[in-house]
Amino acid sequence: MNALELLEGRRICICVGAGGVGKTTTSAALAVGMAAHGLKVAVVTIDPARRLANALGLEALDNEPRLVSPERLTGVEIRGELWAMMLDPKRTFDDLIDRVAPSAERAEEIKRNGVYRQLSSAVSGSQEFTAIEKLYELAEADYDLLVLDTPPAHNAAEFLSAPGRLTAFLGGGALQTLLRPTGIGMRLLGIGAAPVLGALRLVTGVDLVSDLTTFFALLGGMTDEFNARAVRVDELLHAPETAFVLVSSAQDQPIDEAIRFRENLRESEMPFAGAIVNRVSRGFPQDDVPSEWAFDLMADLTSRVAACTADHVVLAERDAANIERLGAAFSGEPILQVPDFSKDIHDMEGLLAIHRVLFDD
Amino acid sequence: MLNDLLSRRLIFVTGKGGVGKTTVALALGLAAASAGRRTIVADLGGVGDQAELEVAPRLFRISVDPQGAMDEYLAVKVPGPAAAVLRQSRLFQSFAMATPGMRELLCMGKLWELAQFERRTPDADAYDLVIVDAPASGHGAALLRTPRTFAEIARVGPIANQARTIADTIADPSFTAVVAVSTPEEMPVNETLELRAALASAPDPLALELVILNARYPDRFTVEDAAVLRRALENDARLAGAAQIALEVALAEHRRAGLHNEQEQRLRAEFGERLRVLPYLFERGIELPQLELLAERLAA
Repeated sequence: MNALELLEGRRICICVGAGGVGKTTTSAALAVGMAAHGLKVAVVTIDPARRLANALGLEALDNEPRLVSPERLTGVEIRGELWAMMLDPKRTFDDLIDRVAPSAERAEEIKRNGVYRQLSSAVSGSQEFTAIEKLYELAEADYDLLVLDTPPAHNAAEFLSAPGRLTAFLGGGALQTLLRPTGIGMRLLGIGAAPVLGALRLVTGVDLVSDLTTFFALLGGMTDEFNARAVRVDELLHAPETAFVLVSSAQDQPIDEAIRFRENLRESEMPFAGAIVNRVSRGFPQDDVPSEWAFDLMADLTSRVAACTADHVVLAERDAANIERLGAAFSGEPILQVPDFSKDIHDMEGLLAIHRVLFDD
Repeated sequence: MLNDLLSRRLIFVTGKGGVGKTTVALALGLAAASAGRRTIVADLGGVGDQAELEVAPRLFRISVDPQGAMDEYLAVKVPGPAAAVLRQSRLFQSFAMATPGMRELLCMGKLWELAQFERRTPDADAYDLVIVDAPASGHGAALLRTPRTFAEIARVGPIANQARTIADTIADPSFTAVVAVSTPEEMPVNETLELRAALASAPDPLALELVILNARYPDRFTVEDAAVLRRALENDARLAGAAQIALEVALAEHRRAGLHNEQEQRLRAEFGERLRVLPYLFERGIELPQLELLAERLAA
């Protein structure tokens, strides 16, 4: 099985996994391989390493995909098109407000609001929300395949629920009901809301409540649009042409997290294609590691090579056991293995090395 | 330097994803516990136990989650009937969890509470030291800023007051310290330097008390050794199977150790005495004996 078969028939590929496992480079390598195969592919990267970004020509932060010149990808013949961008969460958020606001004046007012500024620049939540938002936006364009890199997360639930939490906030009819005691919702709710509002003021302090009231007054009817978008995004994520791909390294903790990811995806009924495990230690032929080596080397060097071998046999056994553990948590979905290259992979050379393995070139 | 660090009350351990923050936080915890300090290692939003569990003599663990922290806060801080109204109100719950920064604030509140000698949790014992296995650098720095941000947004009222108290505690260098963990690779080292800059330019500037370089490969082979190995690999036709792989793996290790050395030098140039190096452990897993070894290295 190679990556071509892994992504067969998919229009959206969402790469998820813990931090530090090579998710961004792997996403880019998948995009390169599918573009080489003849597809028009766009890859959305999150926080790429500077050298990788430069190698892809992503110096300018314009928050829209740019065509990657095929000359940048030495040794790969791109028969389709490769488009790449790096996500600017604040900008994506602002663009969304511009698109949804009834007038340019209203959009500006919202963007000046303190609660909005806090919301759109908060580190946690806004990356996840805007990554999904960008995916939704690009899904309307004429790409054959979108590859989405995602912010590092300990579990898929964290990634999957963050956009929903923000949407719940933006589209929260319940919240507005709370904050607008004269609204129709309050009358429907009857007396229940009054003590809640009182208690809320007691806990939060009046100013926070009034800032939020202003914010929601500005959003006005836009909240319906946020909710409607959330429903369409959810449909997109669950579509059969969408594939979640787990990216991991072969060490204990990333594999534990990958297994939890798989569980979360199963619980939320997300379409899952398989996993890519990076940095797998090189295995030794079984029963073929002698207890004593007979190299034509100095005794001291031979013994250090032997110690080195013994250490790396342990790593190879650890990795093999971890990959087996991961496989046991799957329902037969494939696991593609990428060897440890004993170098940093956050550049074009690393990308191409991963690409060669994934597409058996 | 380590004694100095472990004499604080609250230590945040952060760094890029995948660098071994949890391992280092626990090793620091073991070092503190063996120095006689009653210590708790707290992770955030993890999957661990929300009770305070003793995992080694004087060393405890807890998993802090925002919902639990909220329930506890309401139960202790808000007068009876109001707390009940809020706890049972779905509206309030969804409001609180959706308010940007609220989850972080709740976690920070619980961490602050753990670090108080007068615990508000009924029947809870005090800790000498709380070590936080914090989120990755960007999220970690944001977490540290949350109380101040909240205090400024809310301005008045109980949340603002509470947030201000926590923010002042975080800003006090005799109480709080931040430790960065990195692996000897380019991206994590870059992130360590970015973290230092982000912490220094925050409204309440913080310095990195210690930088721990984790999982450094051994310098098992010299450049001359590597040349000998390379020649053996090229010239000895009898080499096959495991013997050939052994030499290739030795050369790959040498190459990586060289990269590790470059990155260690980058950090040493920036942090000097504040840098501690932990070896790569060629082990099947990291359990208590491995953590003890790392704790000894930290204390050395």
